Amino acid sequence: MNAREIRELFPILNQEVNGNPLVYLDSAATSQKPVQVIESLDKYYREYNANVHRGVHTLGTRATDGYEGAREKVRKFINAKSMEEIIFNRGTTTAINTVAASYGRAHLKEGDEIVISYMEHHSNIIPWQQVAKQTGATLKYIDLQEDGTISLDTVRETVTENTKIVSIMHVSNVLGVINPIKQIAEIAHENGAIMVVDGAQSAPHMKIDVQELNCDFLAFSGHKMCGPTGIGVLYGKKALLEKMEPVEFGGEMIDFVGLYESTWKELPWKFEGGTPIIAGAIGLGAAIDFLNEIGLDNIEKHEHALAAYAIDKMSEIDGMTIYGPKDAGMRAGLVTFNLDDVHPHDVATVLDAEGIAVRAGHHCAQPLMKWLKASATARASFYLYNTEEDIDKLVAGLVKTKEYFSDVF
Amino acid sequence: MSFNNLDNLYRQVIMDHYKNPRNKGVLEEGSLTVNMNNPTCGDRIQLTMKVEEGKIADAKFEGEGCSISMSSASMMTQAVKGRSIEEALKLSTVFSDIMQGKEYEEEDLDLGDIEALQGVAKFPARIKCATLAWKAMEQGLKEEEDTQ
Repeated sequence: MNAREIRELFPILNQEVNGNPLVYLDSAATSQKPVQVIESLDKYYREYNANVHRGVHTLGTRATDGYEGAREKVRKFINAKSMEEIIFNRGTTTAINTVAASYGRAHLKEGDEIVISYMEHHSNIIPWQQVAKQTGATLKYIDLQEDGTISLDTVRETVTENTKIVSIMHVSNVLGVINPIKQIAEIAHENGAIMVVDGAQSAPHMKIDVQELNCDFLAFSGHKMCGPTGIGVLYGKKALLEKMEPVEFGGEMIDFVGLYESTWKELPWKFEGGTPIIAGAIGLGAAIDFLNEIGLDNIEKHEHALAAYAIDKMSEIDGMTIYGPKDAGMRAGLVTFNLDDVHPHDVATVLDAEGIAVRAGHHCAQPLMKWLKASATARASFYLYNTEEDIDKLVAGLVKTKEYFSDVF
Repeated sequence: MSFNNLDNLYRQVIMDHYKNPRNKGVLEEGSLTVNMNNPTCGDRIQLTMKVEEGKIADAKFEGEGCSISMSSASMMTQAVKGRSIEEALKLSTVFSDIMQGKEYEEEDLDLGDIEALQGVAKFPARIKCATLAWKAMEQGLKEEEDTQ
């Protein structure tokens, strides 16, 4: 795969920021969009915008085909058994909240346990905190090893027969760690718990097979995988989804409505109350086509190589702290770091003056920041359009940052 | 943007306050205390103030954050010490105007070191860093006024 050619397909990357060519290293926050995705949205709104599942008219049929066609693309993308297992929603946060509010509230009681880890994103912490408060269940954390990875022995110690739900991120948005989801799911199932996976940082970057992972739920967001904002996916095993109550009620999700009682549509629509995110789903479908064309394996390989190159080059800078495992083979395409005493916001501002976009802050993972004993960090994250040249510019920018602040101090 | 533009943000006086913060610490128990953080970036400040006869007799801060948030906190404590609540709140309004790039009326308010923070207005992503300590001061003084 040729990242330089791929880059040409992303119009936004062809611009100057603060007088320098843009170097976009914040794809873990949100990815940029290829022209195919932008055009799919344009085409939908210009040619076949209509509400779905109701009209007899031609545009309504075309919009429904587009929307449901996108669902089939998602099903194939993660190798789910059926389209009934694919629920469209606003994104990872909504997806995890749906599982917590529906499955969690119905199945948890005092004495039960929910197990998550110290590296989770806030979206995989707070929904469980809330459902624990509501049901009297206990929230437990899997401790991390010194290099920031999860050991299966620790998982075995933490998950007990009282555990009903285990919810872990597939790839850490801070440490870049790839977690052994399949093995964790096995431990969860041995103890009679279900396995929920936060796939926000994995679905865009590696091949996911929900049947192979044997997870019960998987949540991910479209906007981190070249798709539009506002669209995401909850995958759930049919047997579980069938028994779950919807969390949003209203139009689109009903079968029969009486004055005092109503019944729900079948899967997956009973979880899609209100006019669905039609354009978003169509855009996500276009993003999946785009990613498939390049190949998830190629994307993953490319990002591994970039991460290895970045860790190598960045480690040469004096005063550089890189978080997470040093072995690039164990991690995805992002590097979280701190540079001497320069606060990450100041690092990000100086880099921005050079046209380089990185993230600075706590990355929506305050418990992990506490574990790392850092109040904030900076993060460079890579995607299929990034090149070694981008990393060279980052490294040059970091050297300048260091020099700049050594002058003022 | 060249590094010269950055110099408008990171003026020497700002870096001096960052490196040698004034009024760093915590006042004795019973002082007016405000804890505030910036949830989007993790900056946090604890501001303690002693108000006597409508005047800020003393102010100290503790916290963690970037050069802009911490130097702004240092300058703020320096600027409000000895002022009346009314003056301090007025100063806060002027500071807010400066951050928004608005024209402001100095009248007889001596801005002192605070003027150095003017450059922050050109870095919208950093305005919240600069205003954190000021918001804490405002909240504390308004609570104090309410209890009077």
